[in-house]
Amino acid sequence: MKFIPLLAATAALLACGAVVSQTKTASDGIAEYRKMLEDGNPAELFEAKGEDLWKTARGPKKASLQACNLGLGPGVVKGAFVQLPRWFADTGRVQDLESRLLTCMETLQGFNAAEIAKTGFDKGEQATLTALSAWISSESRGMKMALPQAHAEERRFYELGKRAFFFRGGPMDFSCASCHGEDGKRIRLQDLPNLTKNPGDGLGFAAWPAYRVSSGEMWSMQRRLNDCYRQQRFPYPGYASDLTIALGVYMGVNAQGAQSIAPALKR
Amino acid sequence: MQRKHLITAAAAVLVTAGCATVSMVTPAQLDEQALALHREAFREQGIAKLDRIEQDLGQKACSSPNPPPDAVVQQIEAQALASVKWPTGGVYLGDWREGEKLAQNGRGMTWTDATADTKANGAQCYNCHQIDQKEISFGTIGPSLYNYGKLRGVKDVTDPAAAPIVQYTWAKLWNSKAYSACSNMPRFGHAKLLSEQQIRDVMALLLDPKSPVNQ
Repeated sequence: MKFIPLLAATAALLACGAVVSQTKTASDGIAEYRKMLEDGNPAELFEAKGEDLWKTARGPKKASLQACNLGLGPGVVKGAFVQLPRWFADTGRVQDLESRLLTCMETLQGFNAAEIAKTGFDKGEQATLTALSAWISSESRGMKMALPQAHAEERRFYELGKRAFFFRGGPMDFSCASCHGEDGKRIRLQDLPNLTKNPGDGLGFAAWPAYRVSSGEMWSMQRRLNDCYRQQRFPYPGYASDLTIALGVYMGVNAQGAQSIAPALKR
Repeated sequence: MQRKHLITAAAAVLVTAGCATVSMVTPAQLDEQALALHREAFREQGIAKLDRIEQDLGQKACSSPNPPPDAVVQQIEAQALASVKWPTGGVYLGDWREGEKLAQNGRGMTWTDATADTKANGAQCYNCHQIDQKEISFGTIGPSLYNYGKLRGVKDVTDPAAAPIVQYTWAKLWNSKAYSACSNMPRFGHAKLLSEQQIRDVMALLLDPKSPVNQ
């Protein structure tokens, strides 16, 4: 309900933009819209909810997530986001933010991670993950992407992610690279970041999670990837599957040095 | 075959060395591991079945930042050209108005679509191409198709002089890989994304001298 005026504002702004100048792109409109909102990104509501959820005793074990290790030590949230995905010795896996949160929710709080991974977006504990992702990413806002590549598994996942990025399939022969493999391309009026290299501050991997104005929803990186695969006409990718984590490593390492603006505001 | 030998050889090295360090993973092993990750990760959903990640020759050869070897490119293009089904009765053009509707429509074939029937699919054209100049919301992944027929001198599609470009355009829409092995464009006829009649309508949008594209 609250977001309807925001949607109307964007629509009005975009429509107005089209009348004023046909050469003005939708991204200019969105940039203006972002400026108008500046300190009013609806993602803030999710950030606040996420911070509460992190600190609240929940689950069968009635524990908070404050002892969760996101890579920089138990309970350290600041700066953790821009170093994910990374290798974790305790699970023996490379994990992205969301798969790591699943680990913490299972080990600390007693939730069933596999069940949560199977749950649809925004339902049940998936909504918890979205809010947590929003808050945790916000705690690294303005920092530069700095994924570690010291561990052999992190380097292997980069190589696997690269192969996933260029993997063509489906009835339309699309891969991630079909849209995100070159500079300066668009789908309709939507600018497409080139994700085979650092696309720049706050673009691509350094922008998600994000609040999506068009759908009025908060989207995590996993959900972003899920919808990319839907539009590629692929089957349904498992939540926090190694394939999606490998893609995160590939895009995140490529974006090394890009400033994170997550959670961003998107079309 | 060659790949299997490589893997066997690499595995033997690992066993004799007695330490499976990742630095010893070969590119061919990584290729296999990446395929395994895809098989693990996906499940079918609605019309999007798991056969969609089984790659054919062209999909596999074009899944790299580097183009395939020349011999493979030629093989893909020859197979693609041979796959083209030419229009029944030699009728190449339909209605450009229907073609414009199809060009605007970017829907179809996702796991949220109810059916894979061609009737439910758009031709996706404006996602990647400029076509009618009136439409300012166009993508830039493909080249501009504005004035497509006019620029190629098509004044009368039944004129034998126009036949090469008419046939080329049909084949390009039916199976884009006939002329560019790793084209980003879907194979609209070959992959059953559009029916013969729908392709005729898109043909008319591009080639009919009366189409707004050629004004």
